[in-house]
Amino acid sequence: MTIRLTTAATVIALLFGANGAIGADKPTDPQIAHIAYTAGVLDIEAAKQAIAMSKNKAVVEFAETMVRDHDAVNKQALDLVKKLNVTPEDNDTSKALSQAAETKRQELAKLSAAEFDKAYVEHEVAYHKQVNGALETLLIPAAQNGELKGLLETGLKLFQGHQQHAEHVATELK
Amino acid sequence: MLPTRAAILALMLGAAAVAAPSQAETIEVTIDRLVYAPAEIEAKVGDEIEWVNKDALVHTATLKGGAEVLLPAKKSGSLLLQEPGSFDYICRYHPNMKGRITVRP
Ligand SMILES: [Cu+2]
Repeated sequence: MTIRLTTAATVIALLFGANGAIGADKPTDPQIAHIAYTAGVLDIEAAKQAIAMSKNKAVVEFAETMVRDHDAVNKQALDLVKKLNVTPEDNDTSKALSQAAETKRQELAKLSAAEFDKAYVEHEVAYHKQVNGALETLLIPAAQNGELKGLLETGLKLFQGHQQHAEHVATELK
Repeated sequence: MLPTRAAILALMLGAAAVAAPSQAETIEVTIDRLVYAPAEIEAKVGDEIEWVNKDALVHTATLKGGAEVLLPAKKSGSLLLQEPGSFDYICRYHPNMKGRITVRP
């Protein structure tokens, strides 16, 4: 728990710039594209772990939706960056997200089926909340290209749906 | 490419006969970027709703406690309205997608 909160805080600090001032260090479009794409890939990896480990139908179905949807959106993102001739650029936020995901993956790997389900779904709620917050307050406002902004806005709607879906599964597990 | 009818499902159970099939209409609801448009529709028993999914995502039209129409990416699906009433529906995968059908007798 402490570890998760600390990593989340680190990611948020990085998203908002080291000095804590919102917008002080706005990401560029190539960085935004990289962050959005990375967030999707990480959720797909988490979902694959859940599909392998869970025996709960609702959890597996949720995880399958995450693989399907994030894959579809990331394909659109790749098509767009190709069209715009933008090269996604690795950055501290993407690195922090990846690192936090790896920590979580190892933590979840140690849990049994029912404990795993609960921890995975709770993390999915928190993760989508965190990514949605970043999209709303930082990534969408900072995006310069109209098409990139549009894709991020659709992404936000989609991930808000995922958050609600995860919240619903979480109540079912109680 | 023309949308194919992926599914025709009966709305709710029950022995309600389909009334006046000669007047029956097909009402189209488009799904674009996770929005049902129009979100609210009025229909009558015997009408059919056709959801046209323009997204590259799989959606559903899931009625509260009732039928579910699966709407694969870039495909469409239909539902025959067999019973009057007011029905709220959502997408099971994205519950922030919401719609409502009012069916007159
Ligand atoms: Cu949906």
